[in-house]
Amino acid sequence: MPNAVPLSWYLALSAVLFTLGVAGFLFRRNIITMFMSIELMLNAVNLTFVAFSYRLKQIDGQVFTFFVMVVAAAEAAVGLAIILIVFKNRATLQVDDLRTMKD
Amino acid sequence: MNFYLLAVIKAAVVVGVLMITLLYLQWVERKVIAHIQVRLGPYNVGAHGLLQPIADTLKLLTKEDLLPPGVNRFYFILAPFLAITLSLVSISVIPFGPEIHIGPVNTWLQLTDLNIGVIFVLAISSLTVYGIVLAGWSSNSKYPLLGALRSSAQMISYELPLGMAVAATLLLSNSLSLRKIVETQSAWYGGFFPAWNLFRMPFPQVFGFVIFVIAVFAETNRVPFDLPEAESELVAGFHTEYSSMKFAGFFMAEYANMVTVTCMATALYLGGWLPLWPASMGSNYAPAAAFALAGGICIYSGLQARKRDRLSLSVFGALFLLVAALFLIPVVQALLVPLFWFLAKTGLLLLLFIWVRGTLPRFRYDQLMRFGWSFMFPVAVANLLITGLLVALVG
Amino acid sequence: MDPILFLLFAAIAVVCGITVVVQTHPITSALALIGVMGSLAVLYLLLGAQFIAAAQVIVYAGAIMVLFIFVIMLLNAGRERKTRGSFLARLIGPPLLVLLLGVVTFVILAVVPRDAVVKFGSYTGGTVENLGRAIFTTYLWPFEITSVLVLIAIVGAVALAYKELD
Repeated sequence: MPNAVPLSWYLALSAVLFTLGVAGFLFRRNIITMFMSIELMLNAVNLTFVAFSYRLKQIDGQVFTFFVMVVAAAEAAVGLAIILIVFKNRATLQVDDLRTMKD
Repeated sequence: MNFYLLAVIKAAVVVGVLMITLLYLQWVERKVIAHIQVRLGPYNVGAHGLLQPIADTLKLLTKEDLLPPGVNRFYFILAPFLAITLSLVSISVIPFGPEIHIGPVNTWLQLTDLNIGVIFVLAISSLTVYGIVLAGWSSNSKYPLLGALRSSAQMISYELPLGMAVAATLLLSNSLSLRKIVETQSAWYGGFFPAWNLFRMPFPQVFGFVIFVIAVFAETNRVPFDLPEAESELVAGFHTEYSSMKFAGFFMAEYANMVTVTCMATALYLGGWLPLWPASMGSNYAPAAAFALAGGICIYSGLQARKRDRLSLSVFGALFLLVAALFLIPVVQALLVPLFWFLAKTGLLLLLFIWVRGTLPRFRYDQLMRFGWSFMFPVAVANLLITGLLVALVG
Repeated sequence: MDPILFLLFAAIAVVCGITVVVQTHPITSALALIGVMGSLAVLYLLLGAQFIAAAQVIVYAGAIMVLFIFVIMLLNAGRERKTRGSFLARLIGPPLLVLLLGVVTFVILAVVPRDAVVKFGSYTGGTVENLGRAIFTTYLWPFEITSVLVLIAIVGAVALAYKELD
């Protein structure tokens, strides 16, 4: 195929980005970086939606992407406000220092 | 002609003209502000200070390029590049004129026409925040950081009324491509009144235009919204620690932003390259008349000026009359007259920017934010609602 | 031309994604995430989703990430401290991730037919008109609910982060 890209490559890229997001969420201890990994996962899913919108020649995939973007914006706003409050109370951004119910 | 060659030629012409414009826009600003403040402005370097921008560029080039200790080097050097690149990219979708035919070449006076042109410009303008934020943060100093945070908060706050004002215009034009938006403004009411979006039935976008202009004052960090870079408040705001060419980069980025947003305002609200009255009523001779008037004024004041100015003003007058004669050649008219109208409208808006700078005091930061959120945003929403309602009822 | 563009921007996306996850300073992670979003916007353009590409830049890269960078600067977040995680997690974590990636990729390659290709320009239905028509007719109910959700988020964020002026 001289001028075309297989669709599975787009989906594979989306899988790689999703896995990177999962890795970041599970292995990083800074809460803001964990949030950014969540955004990375949401972006990967957006790519899948748009790829299938192309495949099925329907606009519904892009409508879903639109809604995912809006929800991600709302979630980022509230999540960052919560981080600000947590920082004001605990003066730390490390998730490990935020456990008061264990030990 | 080959598509790529044509694109390269057009890009080279636009970039060249833009660079010279940025340089001399600074001269125009200094002269106009000086005359508002009843003084002369640059005067000695070249006739009437016309070589002043070149002298300033040489001075900035030869200044010491200081990299303060403790800065984050990569972002410190990246920030002015980012600022100026993003502010120049938006020029590529602005329509400067209609389709022209020079010999075998048929081309639009526009670098590229995206069918999402308007939201492309909005996207690029929302990325310009990063140049400022990175500059302020990487400078490792408190005044730049404060200036950067204030400036970016101001910019993203005023993007909302900007977007809503533009959205009301899009309701009238039914397209996001800037070329089509200008083309839909080419009707004439009653045969003589232009159907620009500013005057368009069912709802003349006067409020939209005012909101757009105020919002772009805030977007480009110009007076009265220039607290983030004010000398008396924050040393120099986010570009305090910058020197020499990197400072020149921010400077050029501010003027490039001004040019971009005034071109957008012209294309969206003032009818782009369309004349003020129909060509059948002789608007093709308006540029010649305007330049002849300017030449006449120059020669008249040259004859009455001091000995020092007599020669230079007369020479300028003669040049203007020459350009007026150029506009009377029919072959040139088809190409240059729409360009003249576009540049005249953009120039008037730039003059408004400079005029406001010489006239108004600056807002305090909390007044600025309150104005943006409590006044501009509701007015923009009301404008959008009324426009939508009238378009649904009438059109 | 298409494969070159795809490979270039996919490589940029993956490199920036790895930078997000691996780098210790939050600002570097945030700027790398902006790189991911920019390259994804180009990939959306290749898939014919013009409005989504522009919305990605305006909403994600131009607003959400600015919010992230604001918070990072406001909190003066520094480099992350290395913590002593459990040895078991570090032992079996990465292989499990690779397994996840392998399973997903296998499912993709099994489900998607061989001849499904993406040519730039063969789907021109991603225009604003089509998207607007779908949002305001078929998906009107989710649209209204999402707007209420955003309102709740605005009120919540202001209520949480509001500082009384004393």
